Amino acid sequence: MSNIAFVRKKEIAPSPPPITEVGIIGWIKQNLFSGWWNSFLTLFCLYFLFMLAAEFFPWAWGGHWHTKSLRECLDLDPNVACFSVLTARWKQLLFGLYPAEEYWRPTLTFFLLILSIIPILFPRFIRFFWFSLIYPGLALWLLWGGSFWSVAIVYIGMSLGVASYFMLNQRLIKSSPMALLLALFLTVIFFLFISDGMADLLGDLVPLSLPFVESLKFGGFTLSLIVGVTGIVASFPIGILLALGRQSKNLPLVKMICVGFIEFIRGVPLITLLFVASVLLNYFLPPGTNFDIVLRVIIMVTLFSAAYMAEVIRGGLAGVTIGQHEASASLGLTYWQSQRLIIMPQALKISIPGIVNTFIGLFKDTTLVSIISLRDPVGLASTIRADAKWNGIYWELYIAIGLMFFIFCFGMSKYSQYLEKKLKTDN
Amino acid sequence: MSELDEKKKIDRTKVNLTEEVVIHISEMNKWFGSFHVLRDINLEVRRGERIVVCGPSGSGKSTLIRCINRLEEHQKGKIIVDGTELTTDLKNIDKIRSEVGMVFQHFNLFPHLTTLENCTLAPVWVRETPKLEAEEIAMEMLEKVKIPEQAHKFPGQLSGGQQQRVAIARSLCMKPRIMLFDEVTSALDPEMIKEVLDTMIQLAEEGMTMICVTHEMGFARQVADRVIFMDDGQIVEQNEPESFFNDPKSDRTKLFLSQILGH
Repeated sequence: MSNIAFVRKKEIAPSPPPITEVGIIGWIKQNLFSGWWNSFLTLFCLYFLFMLAAEFFPWAWGGHWHTKSLRECLDLDPNVACFSVLTARWKQLLFGLYPAEEYWRPTLTFFLLILSIIPILFPRFIRFFWFSLIYPGLALWLLWGGSFWSVAIVYIGMSLGVASYFMLNQRLIKSSPMALLLALFLTVIFFLFISDGMADLLGDLVPLSLPFVESLKFGGFTLSLIVGVTGIVASFPIGILLALGRQSKNLPLVKMICVGFIEFIRGVPLITLLFVASVLLNYFLPPGTNFDIVLRVIIMVTLFSAAYMAEVIRGGLAGVTIGQHEASASLGLTYWQSQRLIIMPQALKISIPGIVNTFIGLFKDTTLVSIISLRDPVGLASTIRADAKWNGIYWELYIAIGLMFFIFCFGMSKYSQYLEKKLKTDN
Repeated sequence: MSELDEKKKIDRTKVNLTEEVVIHISEMNKWFGSFHVLRDINLEVRRGERIVVCGPSGSGKSTLIRCINRLEEHQKGKIIVDGTELTTDLKNIDKIRSEVGMVFQHFNLFPHLTTLENCTLAPVWVRETPKLEAEEIAMEMLEKVKIPEQAHKFPGQLSGGQQQRVAIARSLCMKPRIMLFDEVTSALDPEMIKEVLDTMIQLAEEGMTMICVTHEMGFARQVADRVIFMDDGQIVEQNEPESFFNDPKSDRTKLFLSQILGH
């Protein structure tokens, strides 16, 4: 038996790693040429990429931008792209049939949209959140037009409701559901009897209105953004509520309704729902009601993605341990407090990839409205081809449309990666 | 273990154990489905009393203390905490929970909040303490558990022992009248158990009413006013630690003690 006793006498100091482990050469060697098979794959992929670029770039680079028709393009050089269709029709692709002299309105709405989502995306601008709150009304007025006051009155009414709730809650009837009920009652009274007259009066005093644009004139990328952004914003909270409802143990009826809704909506193709929105709904609504087609589409798209959202968030909720519920309960937090402060922040963080996946899916699904003859970019592509001048043009149009969607979807994807990195709190 | 260090025992004379009963449990029964997990539990806890509950796993000791703050619902009998009876009334439950602190085996810190935010959350939202004041209290409590320097780190960046001490501080920030400890050292490495036990001993010395479910018999000898032994959902034996360890009466207690003190 040898002696197993050992005592270290000299400490080993840390030393730098071998040169093959670090630096660009080390990286190339390790990742691209680590063996004959790996080297072969690298070379093959490079060749493939080169071939692709060799075909695409001459075609795109030499493309025509200023011809009058596809015929003219083909006469000049049939082997290059004919982007003239974009030069001629880009306004239509962006705005649909929106009146040309009013183009500034969707454009302004778009730039304000960017401003309004900044406080939501980046918490350090949260002090501008008030703008995100007034934006929906502002966008509604800018896009559809009409009297400014008919939109403003909604905000006035809601602010009155909230203000009266806080007043009642603090001064008169301390923290009881009566305050909420009374405030609701006052708000309803305001909207039933006062709001119309007040809007008219304000309109007479300060005439502030834009020419009305009807929904059927909407189209192009404007329409995709309206439906997509509204759907995204509205489906998120609905999805959260549905997920919580489905998880609920104490309210079996609520649970049943949520499960039924989710399963029904998920089990039906979106196109079916859009058809219902465009055609069937008219049969069920009382005759004479004019229920805006864009609004109907938005509602259907929202419900559709809310059902998916609910399931994504349910997955996140399942990832929050029972211990978190117990810890927040043991501190005396109420159900809603613990959902809002403890459970949801963690569940939503887990579900970020799924949530963004659903958002991106919804945004691209807005192109399905072309089926019910709304003029989104994909629908417009057919309209443009119906013109004898551009009959037979495919690639250039779809590349442009694809690129527009890609920019937005890629942006969402990038933001979600940034968010995931930012919310990472462990090592 | 036999040579109980008298010096280490905390000075009971400093702590005024009152006659006031803060937890009153009578004829309490609980079932999980058809499994009768707690049977006819009768227990009175006086203010300032420190109780250690021990027993084999599955004996219902954790369930017992979880019934006290209604993490588990009992089906029969009465539980009165600090004058409020636990019923289905949500108001009573929330009130009792905010008066009773609980520390868990797996810490259950909120991973998305910093240590400091973990500690201020409940005071701000439940007690409606102003944020600055809540932060002051939180720092005070973090100092008490000796980790004020970790205030702005996230739980995921702390060691197990540090996390458990934050969990204790988080409960203390609510200024609870009673603290429940549910096997708080069971998930810790041996070298971290001591730092958590030291914190608990310090609390005991300050006169906190404590109920601890634990297998740390050294802690029980040093701190407890009363040791309760549970088996099969019943309280089998309870006594002062001295008599409990040196002169157990029931055969089941003897068996249990011989098994955990056997080596």
